[in-house]
Amino acid sequence: MVRLLTHNLLACHAKDCNTNNFPLQFKDVQLEIREADFNPEFLKGFMPKIDWKALVDTARQLGDTSLPLEQPEMVDDEFLKNLHHILLEIHVEEGSMTCPNCGHVYPISNGIPNMLLAEHEIG
Amino acid sequence: MSRPELQAPPEIYYGDTEAKKYTQNTRNQQIQADMTYRALELLNLTPDQPAFLLDVGCGSGLSGEILGEEGYIWAGVDIAPSMLEVALEREVEGDLFLQDIGQGFGFRPGSFDGVISISVLQWLLNAETSHPTSSPPHRLNRFFTTLHSAMRNPSRAVLQFYPTSDDQIQLITSIAQKAGFGGGVVVDYPNSKKARKVFLCLFVGGGGGQQVPQGLQGEEEDDSKVRFERRRERERAKVKTGKRKNVKDRDWILKKKELYRRRGKEGVPLDSKFTGRKRKPLF
Ligand SMILES: C[S@@+](CC[C@H](N)C(=O)[O-])C[C@H]1O[C@@H](n2cnc3c(N)ncnc32)[C@H](O)[C@@H]1O
Ligand SMILES: [Zn+2]
Repeated sequence: MVRLLTHNLLACHAKDCNTNNFPLQFKDVQLEIREADFNPEFLKGFMPKIDWKALVDTARQLGDTSLPLEQPEMVDDEFLKNLHHILLEIHVEEGSMTCPNCGHVYPISNGIPNMLLAEHEIG
Repeated sequence: MSRPELQAPPEIYYGDTEAKKYTQNTRNQQIQADMTYRALELLNLTPDQPAFLLDVGCGSGLSGEILGEEGYIWAGVDIAPSMLEVALEREVEGDLFLQDIGQGFGFRPGSFDGVISISVLQWLLNAETSHPTSSPPHRLNRFFTTLHSAMRNPSRAVLQFYPTSDDQIQLITSIAQKAGFGGGVVVDYPNSKKARKVFLCLFVGGGGGQQVPQGLQGEEEDDSKVRFERRRERERAKVKTGKRKNVKDRDWILKKKELYRRRGKEGVPLDSKFTGRKRKPLF
């Protein structure tokens, strides 16, 4: 059940991979949309954590263009609903995530990314 | 029988059979639930403020689902595919990751408002995983360093675990401190053989002004009940009356959703062919 909520927080953790290791790039994804409780307070609290450019780019790659290029300072209900949908309702079920720096591929199966590293990749 | 962590690596020990047994055992559900409530209490989050939490070693979701019930959004990591598979079948709400915590995390700085871990750390002290790894201190160091940077400043991590000796507690606390954490160990019911529980209560930031909370005293069934004890009893009653059913079958999920809708809860997922479906094996 990887959602953009956690994808937006996730960088590559392979050994010595410290720069340009975010965001992980989705490939060959299968998506599923599942409704979630709308919680505007959670979203407002979460907004400062978001890397906005990464979120907008990734949402676009997944076919959702509803977010503005700049994170708005004033938030209205419509914006929050779009953000809610993008962060919490789009589930990446299958596919993979590739590190833009070292090229490590994290496969996703049944919605669960495999974050295990091979021995030579462990820091 | 010797402790699980001495028998086999976690992802082998918690294979398909043990993962189901572990999750369905009502006594176990109750113990894990009690400890999760206590961990939440020690986390000391601002009441009614939404938070994003991490469940370290979430297993089949016995601990994480309580975070969800309490209104938190959460993510969970675990090394055992069979446990995660049970978590999927039970449709827990957190985002799940197959991950060896001894290899460290890649979460960006400040990702989590709080962290819990219930009955997991002893695995880092003992059995190796079947993945080639280095020594326990190295893995603990990697774990605590990357956990520390993934947490918001200020925030707390509460990790209940089963040490076999004071040396182990010492080792774990010193590595956590070197990684930048403040805090220390809380021991509940220190004089009860059965009820004694060890919680590592770690602080990020807070200017060193945070006090390590007091452990609970006496025997577990004592009269001197603290605030959370009543909650714990309600939960226990829930387990007894079977309301917290273990493996969620489709009928049970449909009933629960129906109930939510009747109570006017918004955003209950639509029923679909995916509801309560069997999933294909992970990995
Ligand atoms: C006793 S279970 C607890 C599960 C859950 N927290 C609960 O309260 O029910 C211990 C869990 O720790 C996980 N575990 C052990 N070593 C681990 C590691 N190195 N990385 C991630 N998870 C690990 C096991 O796979 C298992 O699911
Ligand atoms: Zn990388």
